[in-house]
Amino acid sequence: MISGHLLSTADLSKGEALNLLSTAKELAAITDGPNKKLPTLRGKTIVNLFFEDSTRTRISFETAAKRLSADVINFVAKGSSVSKGESLKDTAQTLQAMGADAVVIRHGSSGAAKRLADTQWIQAAIINAGDGTHEHPTQALLDAFTIKQHLRNDNEDLSGIKVLIVGDILHSRVARSNVLLLTKLGAQVTLVAPPTLLPVGVGDWPVKISYDLDSEIGKCDVVMMLRIQLERMADSFFPTEREYSRRYGLNSARLSKLSKNAIVMHPGPMNRGLEISAESADDLKSVIIDQVKNGVAVRMAVLYELLGGAQLGESK
Amino acid sequence: MIKINNAQLADGSLVDVEISNSVITNINKASANKSVDGIDATGKMLLPGLVDLHTHLREPGREDAETVLTGSQSAVAGGYTAISSMANTNPVADTAGVVEQIFRLGKAAGLCDVNPIGAVTKGLNGEQLAELGAMADSIARVRIFSDDGKCVSDPLIMRRALEYVKTFNGIIAQHAQEPRLTINAQMNEGSVSARIGLPGWPAIAEEAIIARDILLAEHVQSRLHICHLTTAGGVELVRWAKQRGIQVTAEVTPHHLLLTDDLVENYDPIYKVNPPLRTQKDVMALREGLAEGVIDIVATDHAPHPAEDKDCEWQAAAFGMVGLETSLSVVIKTMIESKLMSWSDLVDRMSVKPAQIAGYEKQGQTISKSSPANLILVDPTATWQVERNKLKSKSKNTPFDQMKLPGVISDVIYNGNLVVSSGKLVNGNNE
Repeated sequence: MISGHLLSTADLSKGEALNLLSTAKELAAITDGPNKKLPTLRGKTIVNLFFEDSTRTRISFETAAKRLSADVINFVAKGSSVSKGESLKDTAQTLQAMGADAVVIRHGSSGAAKRLADTQWIQAAIINAGDGTHEHPTQALLDAFTIKQHLRNDNEDLSGIKVLIVGDILHSRVARSNVLLLTKLGAQVTLVAPPTLLPVGVGDWPVKISYDLDSEIGKCDVVMMLRIQLERMADSFFPTEREYSRRYGLNSARLSKLSKNAIVMHPGPMNRGLEISAESADDLKSVIIDQVKNGVAVRMAVLYELLGGAQLGESK
Repeated sequence: MIKINNAQLADGSLVDVEISNSVITNINKASANKSVDGIDATGKMLLPGLVDLHTHLREPGREDAETVLTGSQSAVAGGYTAISSMANTNPVADTAGVVEQIFRLGKAAGLCDVNPIGAVTKGLNGEQLAELGAMADSIARVRIFSDDGKCVSDPLIMRRALEYVKTFNGIIAQHAQEPRLTINAQMNEGSVSARIGLPGWPAIAEEAIIARDILLAEHVQSRLHICHLTTAGGVELVRWAKQRGIQVTAEVTPHHLLLTDDLVENYDPIYKVNPPLRTQKDVMALREGLAEGVIDIVATDHAPHPAEDKDCEWQAAAFGMVGLETSLSVVIKTMIESKLMSWSDLVDRMSVKPAQIAGYEKQGQTISKSSPANLILVDPTATWQVERNKLKSKSKNTPFDQMKLPGVISDVIYNGNLVVSSGKLVNGNNE
């Protein structure tokens, strides 16, 4: 049982993370049946507070909450700063007044979820659904779930699994959350990126760093391709789209170098033809659709544990 | 007449002092006979009033954050008898009219000297020199020019400014921040920023400008002042420049002497400041630099902001911290308690040198007969707990809230008048 908030994968102990994953597995099994809905969070109000567009994450959380019978309010707020209208504080106090039990927040400012949790603006459980270039903990949980599903048994952690995370590490909240969680679960993580897209200070992370995808691709069990944002090119992080794609994209030549049981992951949305070729995305090794599906189960587990539903056995 | 009995000077000697008509009229070895009239200064230090070369007063334009009056009250509460208002007001202090307005507001407040700093460029736009001569010739007699808040990043404009102010022995105070290396920068670039995902403000962005401007100052033989130095590398550069005889001076803020970037981990914008909090290694280098005299002075960079500009998410928050009322205590804590500096050194860095750099003739003077009566009494052993809501500044954005700090200021004499008496503002509007 986790308590309070979910702001960072660093907040989870190894045991808590593994528990969450097994809860997610049980919930997935239930919702695979004919009646997908559980009454567990009936009467609870969950607000999806999205300051950035993210249809995928929002509908995943919405589906998860609805399958647990919670009431869901989608609050899509554009513009985050005081100058652009209502402040985060006023929005939070509004949601508090309306009796939100949990707030799922996506915000462009790193630390926004932590601010909601630390201030007295709102008492609800806070779930970080992506804060700036900091973290996206439920993405890392669903990635861990997917890796375990394909490569490990129920009662095992991720010891010995070699994970490559490839692309824009500097700006990636997915990478930060995954590095913390996957290494905690025993995986060995290697980050592959051009030096421009690695943060200064990355040397302190419990990972291996490489600039060369070709020398790493044959040695991993998991390759996770990160989305490249095209505006990075204008800021000279790399010369051209094509050069990036040639050096750091997953194409069929690299796909063929993967070991037999390796899997291909991507948090989505993909730029087909840029960081991942169409044939790689659609290959049998690709588990990208599983990630989406598992996202719902993992988010159900998070909501379930944070909002203190009845014990899983009782709710059936 | 004001009498102060049995006060200790920075050199350790005990004196009785008499003040009238804004000067010290008598100073004698403390007499054994306890005088009944006057201020009993037993156990207290008598120091020249502190001088700040870096104060944001927000008037005109943001009177909700600070006015010249509230800033003056905050200053004297912190032991400052002279402050220097930065030019980034609205309108910008880039004309004789604006600097004279601020100067007059300072006179009207009457609590301490308020010396306006003029903008280097029109509207702080970095493109065209402001009328530096007109500001120098105004009743405000501006000698320090700065675009603080922004860097004079164009090397040609910087060169011209350095050259031009030689006419009236002016000095350019540079906010050293290479803008292209700090786009959207939020905090020190290093292992903390990497982990918590905030865009980094690398030390090199400060050092590159310091290095360039040192060379420019040498080339055109003019005076350069480096605002709020924050990096170990910057200290090295200034040390090198001084060894070459280049006319460069530098300041450090109290917050950069005490706080480090790991405080940003909780994303509390009270720690958001520009230049950002750096690492422990930088803090130690700054302390050593100040002790050694490579860094000439302490300056507060007092930057008031209304509550809503800090009660928000990190990236929406304003940069800056108030500092006038905590400055002396933080310097005692970091420099005297650590035995890096003596009280005489402290007086030099916080009063004598800043007055010399700026040419404030009635400030930073030795305490002797006929010298101007700008003085403070400090209990060096007493401690106090910072409480943000008790600050005299209109803004409460202090990073030192609830911290216990050494050094309690009991009395402040400005121009021969008690403006703080037994720890209370005299005629203070916010009492």
